[in-house]
Amino acid sequence: MALLEIDNIHTYYGNIHALKGVTISVDKGEIVTLVGANGAGKSTTLNTICGILKPRHGEIRLNGESLNTLKPHEIVAKGISQAPEGRRIFSRLTVMENLEMGAYTRSDRNGIAQDLERVFSIFPRLKERARQVGGTLSGGEQQMLAIARALMARPRVLLLDEPSMGLAPILVQEIFSIIREINQQGTTILLVEQNVNMALQIAQRGYVLETGRVVLQGSAKELRENPEVRAVYLGETRH
Amino acid sequence: MAVVSREARVSRAPAVKLSLNRIMLWVVGLGVTALVVWRIAGTAALGLYGPDVWLMQTLNGLVQGSMYALVALGYTMVYGILLMINFAHGEIFMIGAMSGYFVLNGFHQSGFLASNPVPALLITFIVGMGVPPIVGVLLERIAYRPLRRAPRLVPLICAIGASFFLQQAVRLLFGIRTKVYPTVAVLSGSWTITVGEREMRIQHMSVLIIVITIVLMVALYLLVRKTKIGKAMRAVAEDKEAAALMGIDVDQVIMVTFAIGAILAGAAGVMWGLWYKQVIHTVGFIPGIKAFTAAVLGGIGNIPGAMLGGLFLGFVEAIAPTALDISTQLKDVISFGLLVIVLIFRPSGILGEVLTGKKA
Ligand SMILES: Nc1ncnc2c1ncn2[C@@H]1O[C@H](COP(=O)(O)OP(=O)(O)OP(=O)(O)O)[C@@H](O)[C@H]1O
Ligand SMILES: [Mg+2]
Repeated sequence: MALLEIDNIHTYYGNIHALKGVTISVDKGEIVTLVGANGAGKSTTLNTICGILKPRHGEIRLNGESLNTLKPHEIVAKGISQAPEGRRIFSRLTVMENLEMGAYTRSDRNGIAQDLERVFSIFPRLKERARQVGGTLSGGEQQMLAIARALMARPRVLLLDEPSMGLAPILVQEIFSIIREINQQGTTILLVEQNVNMALQIAQRGYVLETGRVVLQGSAKELRENPEVRAVYLGETRH
Repeated sequence: MAVVSREARVSRAPAVKLSLNRIMLWVVGLGVTALVVWRIAGTAALGLYGPDVWLMQTLNGLVQGSMYALVALGYTMVYGILLMINFAHGEIFMIGAMSGYFVLNGFHQSGFLASNPVPALLITFIVGMGVPPIVGVLLERIAYRPLRRAPRLVPLICAIGASFFLQQAVRLLFGIRTKVYPTVAVLSGSWTITVGEREMRIQHMSVLIIVITIVLMVALYLLVRKTKIGKAMRAVAEDKEAAALMGIDVDQVIMVTFAIGAILAGAAGVMWGLWYKQVIHTVGFIPGIKAFTAAVLGGIGNIPGAMLGGLFLGFVEAIAPTALDISTQLKDVISFGLLVIVLIFRPSGILGEVLTGKKA
């Protein structure tokens, strides 16, 4: 049994049928990436997992337990947290307060203190800016804060929605190596990315989403070598 | 890193373009301000009143302003979190005043007030601050929560309806007779101080009201700044969805916000009863509107703004009739005139922030 199972979910925005039977599974310890064009339904998938959106059909299970009836905050408590698209850090709260909000569902003081140490060792820049309000951070720092904040929940599965968006190339490299490091420390990751090349380098497996459906799936290697993927997402011309 | 969007940032830059309209408004605003200054100068030149009068009016203004400020906080906190004006908040204040009356009057009749005034007052405040949050939370749960995704006008209309409902419910339950708070002997005394050559009396009651208000404001400040729930309130005010993704129970935080606002309004209600003595089911209307004015004056959504706006409004209402040498009957005109003037110069209120896009 996979750690996170997304089983044939259909999600709607009013009448708009955004996810048309998406099935994805994520095993413990993996990095799985979800790629696809703009509007394919990647963020919708993550938000359905988190309970912000409710699927009309299908089921989402964590360790075999259904999440369908749970509210977003209960799902966080079960062990899924997300660094959402566009960072969405609290701009008027300090860096430290943002991190505290990440650990909102937890009450183990010692564990929280340990995790604070951990995110500060991963992101030393955040430590320097702990007392600064979030809105005054640079874009890259905000992205780091968004990831650090999600980590403070000590999630079993971490969902990352386009963590490299809008970052300078050097920082993109840095963020991807940090994602790998977080994974090596034991966190399972479901990664949504536009930067398909980089995503397929750090992921073990991947899914390609197109207008609300999974059209391709396989190991990262298979996807890297797939001619469709090479043409559409890796920007190569077809031979 | 230049590509980043920083729209979440808060700026204090003037967001208003200088159009002909605005120039005309400024002319009007400056004109009225000049008129007021001229009038005050005239009064001061006459030297009708000694420093004792001014001090007395200041004190009265602070007492009145304390009540406005406590009620204004509820408007501003709910607005900050839901972008909604809870027009029934004046009725929450009224329910605090009523609850306090029944307790204090009961103690008065039983003789407990005379024998143990301090515990009696304490219990009066506890009940006066304890009943309103129950009503406030029910109101949120029943009348507002189902409308949270509706267009903004809908909950506003619902709030006006709720306001009538609460007034009429209290009228039906407790009658239309004006209820008179019993006199509390320990509070009706006063200290006498000498100002200049004249004596001035400071009522115990006014000091009590100001002290309780300060304590409540400090408590609120610490709650919002330092506690987990306070930080969650700020997080929810900024971005509900992101807050939910952090594991914050957004509904619970909204409920707590309504409860805190109602507790503060309840305290103000009891103070009103003790200070003005008479309460009735419509007693919340005018203070409600004034407190709302105070919240807008200070910058709606801004907690220190509501405190400052309330105190400022109370102070101006008390001092302006003397300073301008006009009838106190005109104090309502003064409050709303003040609102207009302040909004001409600072459209988002005294401490209001100009939020780029999101809340404006
Ligand atoms: N709030 C909404 N209301 C209506 N339709 C929406 C809403 N959010 C997304 N959609 C639609 O659902 C579809 C999937 O959107 P989604 O945000 O999941 O795409 P995405 O794969 O994350 O795209 P991107 O790479 O641009 O972030 C799109 O067609 C989009 O227009
Ligand atoms: Mg997206």
